[in-house]
Amino acid sequence: MSEPTLSLKDVHTYIGQHHILQGVSLDVNAGRATVLVGRNGAGKSTTLRTIMGLYPVRSGSITLDGEAIQNRKPFHIARLGIGFVPEDHAVLTTLTVEENLRLAMFKESEDGWRRMESIFRLFPDLKRFLHSKAGVLSGGQKQMLAISLALVLDHRIVLIDEPSKGLAPVVVEHLGKSLNQIKDTTTVVLVEQNFYLASQVGQDYFILDDGRVAHHGLMEDLVNDHALKRKYLGIG
Amino acid sequence: MAADTGLAVSAGRGGFDARRWGAWIVSVGIWFIPLLWIDVITYMTLTIAGLTMGALLFLTASGLTLIFGLMDVLNLAHGAFFVWGAYAGFSLLNYLNTLGWVEMASLGQSMGSLVLTLLTALVVGGLLGILLEKIIIQRTYGNHLKQILITMGAALVMTEIIKVFWGPNDEVILVPAAFKDSWDLVDIVVNKFRGVAIVVGVAVFAAIQLVLQRTRLGITVRAGVENREIVQVMGYNIERIFTGVFAAGAALAAMGGVMFAIFKEQIYPGMGDETLIFALIVVIIGGMGSVAGSFLGALMVGLAFNYVAFLVPKLALGVNIMIMAVILLIRPSGLMGRK
Repeated sequence: MSEPTLSLKDVHTYIGQHHILQGVSLDVNAGRATVLVGRNGAGKSTTLRTIMGLYPVRSGSITLDGEAIQNRKPFHIARLGIGFVPEDHAVLTTLTVEENLRLAMFKESEDGWRRMESIFRLFPDLKRFLHSKAGVLSGGQKQMLAISLALVLDHRIVLIDEPSKGLAPVVVEHLGKSLNQIKDTTTVVLVEQNFYLASQVGQDYFILDDGRVAHHGLMEDLVNDHALKRKYLGIG
Repeated sequence: MAADTGLAVSAGRGGFDARRWGAWIVSVGIWFIPLLWIDVITYMTLTIAGLTMGALLFLTASGLTLIFGLMDVLNLAHGAFFVWGAYAGFSLLNYLNTLGWVEMASLGQSMGSLVLTLLTALVVGGLLGILLEKIIIQRTYGNHLKQILITMGAALVMTEIIKVFWGPNDEVILVPAAFKDSWDLVDIVVNKFRGVAIVVGVAVFAAIQLVLQRTRLGITVRAGVENREIVQVMGYNIERIFTGVFAAGAALAAMGGVMFAIFKEQIYPGMGDETLIFALIVVIIGGMGSVAGSFLGALMVGLAFNYVAFLVPKLALGVNIMIMAVILLIRPSGLMGRK
């Protein structure tokens, strides 16, 4: 078994006085799509935000290809090769779609523009609205742009936080297909409440419960384990 | 419901927006209503004086709107940067005068000494801005009360240091020879430095707009203002960017200070306080964070002050507060501010 690309060991995170992550340990392997599932408040989004340096690690370690990254600043972690798609369709609404993408490219390069072309193949709407303000896009289009912002650069891992939140089923269906294409070329860590989407995209899973990893394994096993799903996710 | 009372008849995208139009009618009215009582020659002279004052106010207000509107920092030390710029320019002009580049200067030397003076003010303001942001402001992001208290304190300290180095008394600042006299344009007397002030004001406005709208740096600043988190996770060091914005705002205030000083031919340690009030009025009228709004607001304030000072001198100071109140009533976000 090769070393994991991203590894969390006994990570504790506080938000204010609240002890949210209470010793999370998980490994993400290169080329795999790993899904974090669990009830609301289980610590899934906090895990992603802690990896990105948006919340400080009180104790424990986070390594990226063996290099410790815990408590580095978010911009530094991004430059090390972790892309992040925050929840709630996080795009820059006062900028145009093109400005959003150019900004995410960080330094304009031929490779960046090539990746942009492949993004337009994945999400053709973005090309259509290239010169429109991102604020006028629909929820689904905003989410597509938000994901694209993390794909413009050739990141080692992309963390995606609840991409289906607030989207219509038909849009979620399209999003699932796109995420499946993305995972073919990029290591993905996905936080997702929609179990259907999570099971469509994920290859490995971690169930978080009360700030700890309660269970993990292959997604195909979880899909068939109705007792586990009922216990931790409330679905059968 | 409460927000929809009165003049609120905004009809959405493309519809008639009474508040917006009301604010613009007030803005345009300021330019032409005085013609009802003032003859054309006097009107033109007052207009040029008003535009000059507006251009000078814009230099200071543009920095304030960047810091206040874009970074959400209530910086009451802005007036202190203004004073430091004025005193730095004062010292440089005195030195250049010993080389014959000010009072006895040719046109080229006068231009050169003015450019050097402006650059010096920009550098002094920028460096002080970096120091203040790194030492004090960075610890107060998100806390307006702390910002008000700590920047007031910083302004007091900075003003007292001025008194230590340059003394507490008024001083006369030298004006480069080429800008001392006036042009006579069909009976309209235009002081040459007023012309320079208008050109500098317009040039700074164009430069800021160009940077904010057309460059990657400008896009990053605008993005950082909207959502710091997204910009950070894209790999941008937002703290460094905001230090840069603060330094730019301070540098602009310092440049405004030295331009104002040369215009008035006088400097004194308390000159920043009066200008800060005018600059705040300009930023509020224009809309926080809007450089174009500040430009328009500065021109309105400059013109209204000069027209009213001629017509009803006792009302000159109060008229700008009245304009601010009217604009806020009609359009609370200012002429070009975001709702």
